[in-house]
Amino acid sequence: MKNETLRPVDRQVIALEVNGERTEMLLPVHKTLLEVLREDMGLTGTKHGCELGECGTCTVLVGGKPELSCLVLPIQVQGQAVTTVEGMAHGSQLHPLQQAFAELGAAQCGYCTPGILLAAKSLVETNPAPTRDEIREALAGNLCRCTGYSKILDAVSLAASRMG
Amino acid sequence: MKVVGKPLPKVDASAKVTGRAIYADDMLPPRTLHCRILRSPHPHARILSIDTSAARRIPGVLAVITGADLPVKFGILPVTQDERALEHEKVRYVGDPIAAVAATDEEIAAAACDAIAVEYDVLEPVMSIDAALREPKDERIQDYGGPNNIHKLVALEFGDVEGGFAHAETIREDVFFYQGNTHLPMEQHSAIATYLDGKVTLWSSTQVVHYVHRALSKVLELPMNRIRVIGAAHGGGFGGKTDPFAHEIIVCKLAMLTGRPVKCTLTREEVFYAHRGRHPVLMWVRTGVAKDGRITAMHFRTALDGGAYGSYGVASTFYTGALQTVTYDIPAYRFEGCRVFTNKPPCGPKRGHGTPQPRFALELHLEKIARDLGLDPVELKRRNFVQPNTRTVNWLRVTSCGLDECVDRVMQASGYATREKRIGHGMGFAVSTYLSGAGTAIYWNDMPHSEVQIKVDRGGVTAYCGAMDIGQGSDSVLATIVAEELGLQPADVRLVTADTDTTPIDLGSYSSRVTFMAGNAAVEAARKMRAMLVEATAAKMGCEASAVEVGDGRIGDFSFEEASVLAEARFGTLTSAGSYTPPRIAGPYKGSGVGPSPAYSYSACVVDLDADERTGLVSVNKIWIAHDVGRAINPLLVEGQVEGSVYMGLGEALMEEQTFRKGLHKWPSMLEYKSPTFLDMPEVQTFIVETVDPEGPYGAKEAGQGPLLPVPPALCSAVYDALGVWIDEIPVTPEKVLEALRRKSKGEPARYGPPMFPPIPYPPPIKVEPPPKDLDHASAAAI
Repeated sequence: MKNETLRPVDRQVIALEVNGERTEMLLPVHKTLLEVLREDMGLTGTKHGCELGECGTCTVLVGGKPELSCLVLPIQVQGQAVTTVEGMAHGSQLHPLQQAFAELGAAQCGYCTPGILLAAKSLVETNPAPTRDEIREALAGNLCRCTGYSKILDAVSLAASRMG
Repeated sequence: MKVVGKPLPKVDASAKVTGRAIYADDMLPPRTLHCRILRSPHPHARILSIDTSAARRIPGVLAVITGADLPVKFGILPVTQDERALEHEKVRYVGDPIAAVAATDEEIAAAACDAIAVEYDVLEPVMSIDAALREPKDERIQDYGGPNNIHKLVALEFGDVEGGFAHAETIREDVFFYQGNTHLPMEQHSAIATYLDGKVTLWSSTQVVHYVHRALSKVLELPMNRIRVIGAAHGGGFGGKTDPFAHEIIVCKLAMLTGRPVKCTLTREEVFYAHRGRHPVLMWVRTGVAKDGRITAMHFRTALDGGAYGSYGVASTFYTGALQTVTYDIPAYRFEGCRVFTNKPPCGPKRGHGTPQPRFALELHLEKIARDLGLDPVELKRRNFVQPNTRTVNWLRVTSCGLDECVDRVMQASGYATREKRIGHGMGFAVSTYLSGAGTAIYWNDMPHSEVQIKVDRGGVTAYCGAMDIGQGSDSVLATIVAEELGLQPADVRLVTADTDTTPIDLGSYSSRVTFMAGNAAVEAARKMRAMLVEATAAKMGCEASAVEVGDGRIGDFSFEEASVLAEARFGTLTSAGSYTPPRIAGPYKGSGVGPSPAYSYSACVVDLDADERTGLVSVNKIWIAHDVGRAINPLLVEGQVEGSVYMGLGEALMEEQTFRKGLHKWPSMLEYKSPTFLDMPEVQTFIVETVDPEGPYGAKEAGQGPLLPVPPALCSAVYDALGVWIDEIPVTPEKVLEALRRKSKGEPARYGPPMFPPIPYPPPIKVEPPPKDLDHASAAAI
């Protein structure tokens, strides 16, 4: 339960490309991508569940691959495209995964949903017709306490079939 | 019906899937200060001194508070006002809050907490039920209750228990233990407060804005009209956000002192210590049965490990004895319950509140009795099922009851009766029941439990209700009901919910009460609004009101918008209100307030699994669950609640444990606290059974908690079926399975579980006569 000790802060200018928008920011070098997205960029769609890389809630895509933003420093992702849940819809039209999650009740409290949507997006982009077991494998790092996972599996399958 | 019964998406689905729902920690108004809380490193200690001077000198620290700033005690139950937002005399568990800091950023706040010097006189901690029953070495944890560290003792006897046992053909006794576990919501608790013009506003991740409102008023010593509590989008509760919490009070106090917004979000480790989760419960049960398997009498004893404070504990204690009679017709019943204080985070309500533990014991106990008698366990249970429209021996009123149909559905689908018999493969069965809302409020009052207001203006419909959507979909249920009555779609209805300034009261999302209670209030409000719209339209059409059809966005010959203009011209501002007060059906005895509900849900479950003799590993293949929800207002949401309940029950049955070593949580992280992942979760086949309850809105009952209950006993029943060993203690870990197999191989009882139930100084029971047979028919006639 010991809290952290205060220390001097090093800052660096970092260029990020998030959801297709490029930004340069002066950031403390130790600040995680999760914190920068939420606190400095206002992208609060990315949630946090443990900040230790255990629950998958903060998943974003870096170069199309799922990464836990609580374990990534912004300096590591300079020059790579970062996608958050805010970058999934095309304008006001929902991404097929978002549409299927909404239709089938795959989001209950909705807190784990952004991370799961992004992990699923990465899956269906590399494997357009995943089996139920392949979906389970791809999403095994994302915890959900509400749904029992069934409706999420249904929604990913439905979205994949519509996209294929 | 046009929208009730349809699998429509939730009204907040788009906000949830786009990341646009705003949870408490997503809020960051300008000039927000960050709060961190200094917590006790000791499970039991007297506080000798607290020195905050060094913390106050750190640049960026704007306020530091201790217990002296918030001395008024609070607690969810009126009888156990035993908590302080910050303790300054004594700490009772690792994690008890001592001081709080508001600073310009979180790291400064954390450093300031480290700079606070606290001197302790460390006391011997009490870490188990057995230790709590003994005389304490140093001092008692709380200064009420007793003897020793006993918090609460209850003893009730209904009917002729001695006579029932005397007439029994067989009597059996068993002992069971249900380990504690925690809610593990994905969202950490978070709260943010502002203070302006002498008024506090708090946004919080809570299940019950009203109870937080009450606690704030008491501790901050402000009238309720100077406090506004708003439920932010909710990231999961399961009972864990039903108490008022220290951090909610602390951010309000800090906002009052600094004049700036103050936010506190608990770390994941703090969430494990905030807890209020499932009580560990040791249970002893003795039942007499006649030759045909009919129960003649039951005696049930429980001992709950409550942790350091009262929380909901008195209610939890009664719940461990209340609902046994709501599935099985028990003609004579004695219940003795005991809750003890220990130096651990307080336990409270978790999905099923106090009833999954006795359900686990009862289902396995009856199965063992059936095997003693050479009867099929399913048949023995069926012979004892309660019937609809009856009163139980402890005065609980059963209305609709779909137990038989639930059993038929899972039996048929699973092929349980004709299952393959081979070592290592098993199937197990259990049933359960749960409340559709507690029939009595947390604090005694005569007011309604839920209220809904509707405003119609130029065709726009807004419904106002204090209910908090915690992800279960209560907002969608409200919108569906209002839309059904007004001939609209749920998306046509705007909702304002969970805001103590703008919405009428609802007692919150706990005890599976919102669909039933807020739903009934919504039906009443919407029907009044509909009557005005119909009357105005009929006048214009020159016909009787009964000739006006409502539906598909039209009222008679007019569009809804045109009808609303006609009605506003006729009646002025269009508002209506409805409220719901549960029927007064509690029995005439002390303690009868826990258990009554306007209606009970029923579930039946079959688990199919493989259990490995060499490793003790249990692998669940499939679960069939049938749930009597009365009427599914939205079957998609009902399925979601049932599947989520099954998942959580499976986690409790197989892996989840909230346990401690030297006062410290053994695994306060999401990796080490095992919970089922996508890979652990089997396919679940859900059957919705509709019995159309006479008092539920459109006949609806609860769905969010009951289906958890049969899963742990069905799993243990399946382990016995597979390996011939009883695991009378959950979670069912490989170690326990292997130990039971080892005992079996040595000719010892083929069982893993608690050896005995300790002697507890229960008082003589309060003796209660069973209700007269025609009680409810008589009272109906009187009305």
